[in-house]
Amino acid sequence: MKQNKALYFVPYTFWLILFVIAPILLIIYQSFFNIHDDFTLENYQTYFQSGTYLKMTLNSFWYAFLITLFTLLISYPTAYLLTKTKHKQLWLLLIILPTWINLLLKAYAFIGIFSMNGTANQFLSFMGIAPQQILFTDASFLFVATYIEIPFMILPIYNALEELNPSLISASYDLGANSWQTFRRVVFPLSLTGVKSGVQAVFIPSLSLFMLTRLIGGNRVITLGTAIEQHFLVTENWGMGSTIGVFLIIAMVLTMLLTGEKKKKGAIR
Amino acid sequence: MTGNAIIEFNHVKKQYDDNVILKDIDLEIERGKFYTLLGPSGCGKTTILNLVAGFTEATEGTITLNGKKVNDIPPNQRTVNTVFQDYALFPHMNVFENVAFGLRIKKMNKNVIKEKVAEVLKMVQLSGYEERGISEMSGGQRQRVAIARALVNEPDVLLLDEPLSALDLKLRTDMQYELRELQQRLGITFIFVTHDQEEALAMSDIIFVMKEGEIVQSGTPVDIYDEPINRYVADFIGESNIVKGTMIQDYEVSFVGHTFECVDAGMRPNEKVEVVLRPEDLVLTSVEKGKLTVQVDTQLFRGVHYEIIGYDRDGNEWMVHSTKKAKVGSEVGLYFEPEDIHVMRFGESEQEFDARLESYEEE
Repeated sequence: MKQNKALYFVPYTFWLILFVIAPILLIIYQSFFNIHDDFTLENYQTYFQSGTYLKMTLNSFWYAFLITLFTLLISYPTAYLLTKTKHKQLWLLLIILPTWINLLLKAYAFIGIFSMNGTANQFLSFMGIAPQQILFTDASFLFVATYIEIPFMILPIYNALEELNPSLISASYDLGANSWQTFRRVVFPLSLTGVKSGVQAVFIPSLSLFMLTRLIGGNRVITLGTAIEQHFLVTENWGMGSTIGVFLIIAMVLTMLLTGEKKKKGAIR
Repeated sequence: MTGNAIIEFNHVKKQYDDNVILKDIDLEIERGKFYTLLGPSGCGKTTILNLVAGFTEATEGTITLNGKKVNDIPPNQRTVNTVFQDYALFPHMNVFENVAFGLRIKKMNKNVIKEKVAEVLKMVQLSGYEERGISEMSGGQRQRVAIARALVNEPDVLLLDEPLSALDLKLRTDMQYELRELQQRLGITFIFVTHDQEEALAMSDIIFVMKEGEIVQSGTPVDIYDEPINRYVADFIGESNIVKGTMIQDYEVSFVGHTFECVDAGMRPNEKVEVVLRPEDLVLTSVEKGKLTVQVDTQLFRGVHYEIIGYDRDGNEWMVHSTKKAKVGSEVGLYFEPEDIHVMRFGESEQEFDARLESYEEE
C-alpha cells in the first residue's frame, strides 16, 4: 500500500529534479566561473562592487513594488465588489479570460495602442491634445505590467472574501460596529491570507519581468531579468548571468518567507 | 400596553417575494424574563430574532424597542446583542479581544475594558483564558465566550439563536442550568430560539409555540404543557395520547366509548373535540380498577421509566410511562384522574381559548 502511494510521486519527483533542483544547482555552480572559465568568486565581487548591479537590484525591487501596489489598489476593491455581485461566475470568467491569451500577444497589442498613431493618441487628439510619447515610458511599462498581473491578485483575494463566514459580519454589526469598523476590524484582517498570496503571485514574477521592459518600457527600465537575458544572450557571460540569477532566487525566497503564513499566537491589536 | 414591555410587535409581517415567513405577528416581551420561541425549523422563529436584532426588515407592521419604533434603526444602534448559532467568534482575535470588541467600538478607556472583560469572563467561568485563541477552545467554551461577548455590552435584551444545538447532551443540560441562572442573576431579558421542547420547558418563563409563521400558543411552560390549545401543540410539547371525543356537557367528556368526568367547560353540548392524555398521567393497574383496558404491545426500558405501547379494543394507541413493568401481550387497566384529561376544541384561536378558560375558572 505504502509503496503504491510512493509510486504516484515518481513523475513529479522526476520533474522536480530535472526542472527545478538541477537548474538551481547549475546556476549556483556556474556563478563561480568567470568568462574565461576560471573557478573564482569574481562574479560576486563584481555584483557588490560595481554599483550598476546593486542599482539594478534596487530598480527591480522598486518596480516590482510599484506593480504590486497598483495591482493591489485596483484588485482589492474589485474583489470586494465581486463578492457582492449577482453573477459572480460570469464576472470571474471575464477577469480570468485575459490570462488565457499569450503574454506576448498582449504586449504587441499594447504597442499598437500606445504608439504615436495608436488608439491612445487618437483619443488624445480627439480631446484636443497633441500626440504624446506614451510607449517606452515608465508609466506605460507600469500600466501594462499592472494590467497583466491584476487577475492573479483578484483571485486569491476574492477567494478569501468568499470564505468569510457571513455571521461574523452580522456579529460585528450586532456588537455596535458600523460598516467601516466592520471592514477594518473583521473583513480586512480575515482577507489578509488572500492578499498575501496575491502579493506573492504578483511581486515575485514582477522581479524578473524582462520582455515587457523591452517591448513596452523600451529598455528604459532595466531589471535583474533584463540583465540576465543580456548576459546570457548578448555578452555571453554566463557566469555573471548566473550570479544575478542566484540573487534573484534569494530575493524570491525572501519574499515568500515575508509574505508566507506565520503561526500567529494571540491577537492582532 | 403595560409599562414593563421592552419589545412590542404590532401586526408584523415578513415576506420574501411571494414567500410569507411571518403572518401578522403580535407579541409583547416584558423586561427581565426568559422567553423562548419554540417551533420546528422554518416556522419563522429565527426571523423574529433577526427582526429584533435588525438583520432583516419587516415587510409590514411596527416593532418597538423600549417604546421607540426601531423598524429603520440599523443593528449597530440597537441595544440588543446576539449569541449566534455558530457563535460567530472572530477567528483572528483571542478570547480577550473577542469579548472586548464591542467595548473597543465604543472607544472605552483601556483599563475599564480590562475590568469589564475580566468581570464577564469570571461570570461565564472563563477567567484565565484571555490569551487563548478561538481555535484552542472547546465547543462549550466557545459558547461561553459568545455569551460573554454579548453580555459585556450590557444589552437590554439578549438574543440566543439555538445556541445549545451544537453541544452534546450532557453539556447541553449543564448549559441550560447556567443560562437560566445567569438570566435570573442579571435580570436581562433573554429571547431564546429553539426547536427542542425540553430546553424550552426547562428554562423559560414564557414560551411562544410557533407554526408556519404564526404564534399558536403562548404561556408559561406549565400552562402550555397542561392546557395545549390544539393537537399541534400537544404533539410538539411532550409526548401525548390524542383521541377523538365528544363533549357531552360541561365537565363531562366521552371518548373510546365511555363517559368521563373532566375539568373542562365552556363548550357546546355534544361538540366534537380532541382529548389529550399525557403518558406519565396514565397509571398501570388491574383491568377491574382501570378506566380503560389496553393490551400491551411493546415495552421499552428508557432508564427513568418504561415506555409501554398498548392498544384498546377500538385500536387506539396508548403510550404509558410507568416505573412498573408490564407483561407484553397481557391486558392491563389504565387509571387517570379527571384533571389529567385535557380537552381541545377544533380550530380555536388563542384569544377564544383564553377567554373560555377565564369564563369558567372564575365561576
